[in-house]
Amino acid sequence: MSVVTVQLGQCGNQVGQELFDVLCSDEGHRTTYRAASCERFFHQNTHGDLRARAVLIDMEPKVINQSMTKAAKSGRWRYGDTSYFSQKQGSGNNWANGYCVHGPRHREVVEELVRREVECCDRLAGLMAMMSVAGGTGSGVGTYVTQCLRDIYPKAFILNHLTWPYGTGEVIVQNYNSVLTLAHLYQLSDAILVHENDTVHRICSQLLNIKHISFSDVNRVIAHQLGSVLQPALTADSYGVYSRNPLGEMVSALACHPEYKLLSVFTIPQMPSSSIAYSTFSWPGLLKHLRQMLISNSKMEEGIDWQVHPPTSSEKTRSLTGANFNTSVANLLILRGKDVYSAETGGFEDPALYTSWLSSAEAFNLWKSPVLFNKYEKSATLVSNSQALLRPLDNMVGKAWNMFASRAYIHQYIKFGISEEDFLDSFTSLEQVISSYSQM
Amino acid sequence: MTQSVVVQVGQCGNQVGCRFWDLALREHAHVNKKGLYDEALSSFFRNVDSRKSDGRACGIGGRIQHLKARAVLVDMEEGVVKEILQGPLREVFDSTQLLTDVSGSGNNWAVGYVTYGSAYREQIVDKLRKAAEHCDCLQCFFLIHSMGGGTGSGLGTRVLNLLEEEFPEVCRIVTSIYPSAEDDVITSPYNSVLAMKELTEHADCVLPVENQSLVDIVNKIKHMSHGGKPGSTIKTNCTVISGQGGLTGAEKPFDAMNNIVANLLLNMTSSARFDGSLNMDLNEIAMNLVPFPRLHYLVPSLTPLYTLADVSVPTRRLDQMFSDAFSKDHQLIRADPKHSLYLACALMVRGQVQVSDLRRNIERLKPSLPFVSWNQEGWKTGLCSVPPVGHSHSLLALANNTCVKPTFMELRERFTKLYKKKAHLHHYLHVEGMEQSCFSEAISSLSSLIEEYHSLDATKGKLMPDAPRLSIAR
Repeated sequence: MSVVTVQLGQCGNQVGQELFDVLCSDEGHRTTYRAASCERFFHQNTHGDLRARAVLIDMEPKVINQSMTKAAKSGRWRYGDTSYFSQKQGSGNNWANGYCVHGPRHREVVEELVRREVECCDRLAGLMAMMSVAGGTGSGVGTYVTQCLRDIYPKAFILNHLTWPYGTGEVIVQNYNSVLTLAHLYQLSDAILVHENDTVHRICSQLLNIKHISFSDVNRVIAHQLGSVLQPALTADSYGVYSRNPLGEMVSALACHPEYKLLSVFTIPQMPSSSIAYSTFSWPGLLKHLRQMLISNSKMEEGIDWQVHPPTSSEKTRSLTGANFNTSVANLLILRGKDVYSAETGGFEDPALYTSWLSSAEAFNLWKSPVLFNKYEKSATLVSNSQALLRPLDNMVGKAWNMFASRAYIHQYIKFGISEEDFLDSFTSLEQVISSYSQM
Repeated sequence: MTQSVVVQVGQCGNQVGCRFWDLALREHAHVNKKGLYDEALSSFFRNVDSRKSDGRACGIGGRIQHLKARAVLVDMEEGVVKEILQGPLREVFDSTQLLTDVSGSGNNWAVGYVTYGSAYREQIVDKLRKAAEHCDCLQCFFLIHSMGGGTGSGLGTRVLNLLEEEFPEVCRIVTSIYPSAEDDVITSPYNSVLAMKELTEHADCVLPVENQSLVDIVNKIKHMSHGGKPGSTIKTNCTVISGQGGLTGAEKPFDAMNNIVANLLLNMTSSARFDGSLNMDLNEIAMNLVPFPRLHYLVPSLTPLYTLADVSVPTRRLDQMFSDAFSKDHQLIRADPKHSLYLACALMVRGQVQVSDLRRNIERLKPSLPFVSWNQEGWKTGLCSVPPVGHSHSLLALANNTCVKPTFMELRERFTKLYKKKAHLHHYLHVEGMEQSCFSEAISSLSSLIEEYHSLDATKGKLMPDAPRLSIAR
């Protein structure tokens, strides 16, 4: 089954390009793995050339041109020559401009591009929309396009991959744009997978030792983590055959309740590629670290708080879960590499990690693949539907709400047809999400 | 790629404008090695085949034939525009882009706004439309004018009105040169205050530049290059004040000052003209920096300004450039943003600078800069990979900061001084269509603007409680 990716805005188009690059260069020499990966993300023509199953959308041409050129230069894959849509003038960091003006104006063209890509798939696994929440095009047009896709493909799995902006310094109205995006997507999307720029930036500086971090460094880390989730793997009930539908399997494993659909990713190990050759890993070591990263909500294996431990049953009944303990709704663990069948994953099946209303047997899922991923001899990735994003979400909503209290910048949104009531609705629905996650 | 049109009005506007075109040409000549008409060039220039009689533009990708500035030049005297047409930039403009009269506005806002504004309305609109029709996606009008005289302030603000009427969707960014306190034009406070009302109501953004700051900066640079320590010299190819390498050879008295303003425009539009890892489109400026529609005065500061090519002193490093942007002597108005309140701030960086450099410097500077309580993280950043000619990197900061208030208050004071005695008022009231109510409305508009800045200032330093959040019924 195949996934059609829709890349939106500057960020979506840059991260998307890195993702396809990772997927294509991942050294799956085993033919079944390679074939499964290909079927998912690439269309192969009669000459054997790979074309990404992707649609590129932006309101300005620069980034799309760059991404298409980079892909073509790689020599391994490319984007479809006509699978893009760009305009001349961006959305100016204004969600309302993207959602109310640009989106509706170009609806038909975009739908046609996606439809063409979907028709190239023998079977559609789902749609993945990649975008940032900070700017105008990714967030505004992205939300609108997701809405259109939901209308046209009511039964398809739709995953949104969102990049959350740095706390400071990208776009001043980013918290407004984020609130509007998230509140709308929560009604449309099956699951929302989030990468925070701040966290990824720290990974680049502390784990990968990059001195001058550029956006492409950040995007590459995101692509690596995403790739390790989306590449073929064996699920519990796939009987030795690579699972067919990564999106569907992931959504059904993790998004079991409509109030809870925010997913975050923990990956181990991550290190400079020059050090990989000199490092050895053991499954018990990796998994012990990964488990602690999960429960202490640390995206890096460095500086983990080892004091955090799951609450005992008595603590739980008194709802005294430690402030630092990260409770999960559901987790999906993906192991790739050598001796993968010997890995002991019992630590993740502890009921204390999960809510009281979902048994750990249902809340925990495991995928495995004996194929090395991206040169790592052994690697483990955890996709987690947990409280991990609660704090950044709460921050985001809090800052936007403070700004809204003085009605700053609202006139810029009203100009394009978003009213104060629309803002209030979005705030209300996100407060609901925050409340749900904090009550777990 | 989008295009922008520059509208230069009055003597000062035209002089600054010409410095801009000169430097823009040099910048593109430096980057564009193949002599092809590319997207970057198309944002401010048309490529015209002059051999064809219809003067139709050639498409992108072809050879450069004949570059024409996307500009409209308006002056009510002939002097400056005539000089331009005899100078080296004459090829960049053609007669259809120009509008002149012979008699001038006599330093009278009313003559510019009312008399000429009505008489030339059709012609101006016609020229603006022509310029707009040459663009395939018009994003922005840049209006350049001065506030003190008659044509720039009067007709300039009238043109601003026309732009809003005719092109309501297109962003209007105004560069306004404010007169010094010892201005030789006695009526300059009247003209400035009358013009301010129009700017406050009809511009999307205003970049105020004070003549006195430009004088101070130029003097400081000259002092450093002459007196100074032995061995310290101004980089000969420093673009900030020198026009060297441009078309114009001999320098005229105001050239150095006008160059600074031209550099401001050059840096502001760089991200729209060239590639970068974090694009900052022109329509993002107002979106990010203007929280309330009337408070759209953005204080510009440029670094490096005082570049030294001195071997004995360690070269000014990247971080110093960021610190400088917030120091008093790099502001283009006489103001101290550090001791006032920031509503929002944009950093537009050019050259080989990475996100990590940006992040480090924002983190470093943030504690020393007071931001309004609801916009503690009010930073907008842009990275353009092409540095200005002769530099490895540069930074333009645009600050929406209450530090503009003293400038406005001083202006109000000078206005009131004249207005109390009704001095020179009759010159204005003689102009047909000009009412005394224009004066009272203009001054009350300015006062309420000052009041708005004042009430924001009052929140400074106070611990503002967070707004109580919506609570969810369980």
